[in-house]
Amino acid sequence: MKIRLRHLTLVCLLWTSHLTIANADDIMMARINQDFPEAMLKLQETLKNQGYTVSRVQRVDIGLTKSGYLTDKYRVVFYGKPDEINRISQQYPELIPYLPLKIAIFAEADDTMLVAANPLILSINAPKPLQKQLSRWEKDLEKLLAQMKIQSD
Amino acid sequence: MIKLIFTLFAILAMSSLQAENGASLYTKNCAACHGSQGNGGVGVPLALPDFQQNVSDDFLAKTIRHGRPGRVMPAFKKLSNEEINSIVKHLRSWQETPYLPKKISVKPGNVQHGKQLFTKYCSSCHGAQGEGGHGTGVTFSRPRDLPIIAPALNNSGFLASASDVMIKSTLMHGRQGTPMTSFLKQGLSENDIDDLVAYVRAFEKRPYDKQIALEGSENTIIRFESPYDMQTTINNVKRAATGKNFRIIRVQSLNQGFVKESSENIKQTIIYFCNFQLLNQALAVDPRAGLFLPCRVTVVEQNGKVEVSAINPKYMAHIFNNAELNKLCADMDAMYQEIIEESTL
Repeated sequence: MKIRLRHLTLVCLLWTSHLTIANADDIMMARINQDFPEAMLKLQETLKNQGYTVSRVQRVDIGLTKSGYLTDKYRVVFYGKPDEINRISQQYPELIPYLPLKIAIFAEADDTMLVAANPLILSINAPKPLQKQLSRWEKDLEKLLAQMKIQSD
Repeated sequence: MIKLIFTLFAILAMSSLQAENGASLYTKNCAACHGSQGNGGVGVPLALPDFQQNVSDDFLAKTIRHGRPGRVMPAFKKLSNEEINSIVKHLRSWQETPYLPKKISVKPGNVQHGKQLFTKYCSSCHGAQGEGGHGTGVTFSRPRDLPIIAPALNNSGFLASASDVMIKSTLMHGRQGTPMTSFLKQGLSENDIDDLVAYVRAFEKRPYDKQIALEGSENTIIRFESPYDMQTTINNVKRAATGKNFRIIRVQSLNQGFVKESSENIKQTIIYFCNFQLLNQALAVDPRAGLFLPCRVTVVEQNGKVEVSAINPKYMAHIFNNAELNKLCADMDAMYQEIIEESTL
């Protein structure tokens, strides 16, 4: 009994420490050597070339500016593959709050930043087929960011 | 002789290869935050001449390895020692004057006196408990008060990376290009500075990063079952969000924008809402907080059941490694819980 309790405590400790340690791979970021309008166009084009559909662009900066706050260009791009969104949302409704996938894009002086959460952060307790899907989304994001960088250099 | 020339060429080639590798590793892992040329952004400006002259390779390597828990800079645990050394070498390529090891000695200081001096001279920038300045990096699209954010001196990553000699040297000479001034010039003696070093070192007994864990961060989502039908639940969510000072931005199906309007699945509906004051606050604390945007609650009808769900901001908080953002995530979590509870009551 004591050994089981100790084992459980150790598992809990490891679990907690996992949650509190920020992994460098949890957030995927890229600095693009292009101004915002150009990078925004490239992002939509690159997503399309990878077979994704951009479902919507949230203009965060517009809302902020209208409310009297100072900000540079800041948008959130929602994207996905229609059949994937449909399938995943039916099979794994717990993932719906994280769908469609999204990338934050914002200006920093002459550069543009792209930021996305690594889909693998959702793989905890996920069944194997879902882990495979998340892993593929991660690879696609890596490829997307790499292509954006290559095109801007 | 030929052997010697060959060896020299091999060393030069290896060194150049390492630097090249360091450049690509830097681009991949560091440039997004610190800038392609180390001019800073979310991260501190690494190319600052005075910074380069005053920090050792060991400090840089340990900083990459341990990061700064709770202060945005993540720990790069997957990089090998060789890769980290290559990155350090690349950072040094911006150096105008080589780093010279400091020939100063640090004597054991009086922690109590150090505390008094810290409160008087350091706490206005570094925080009362050495927790550091607010926000991240330099400009990053948003107005900033300072060109650089005062580091968190009580952070375990900082304490593991900075030697007493480095801390003392920084206190003695300040940092050009930053608000950190020389404490010798401010009239402190070397003994006073030793006391300050002793006080900073004493932070090791209560490092900051132990305070960043959020309770309730185990689940990826917040989910409640609604006793109402789909449309009533949607209306309830809208009313509850408005009651919490949020503005409803839009209500749409999950697959809107992916399919024709006639094929949209209204049984998966997203309610987007925003409080611009809160949003502005979050972006000032961390410009990457756009990943939370806009606030949303999802209402789904499946197998005759209506469920209301949202992301768990406390779960998402850990990926940012930003303890300041944690507070906002906890607030956001409470608001989501209240909105969802109210709409399903």
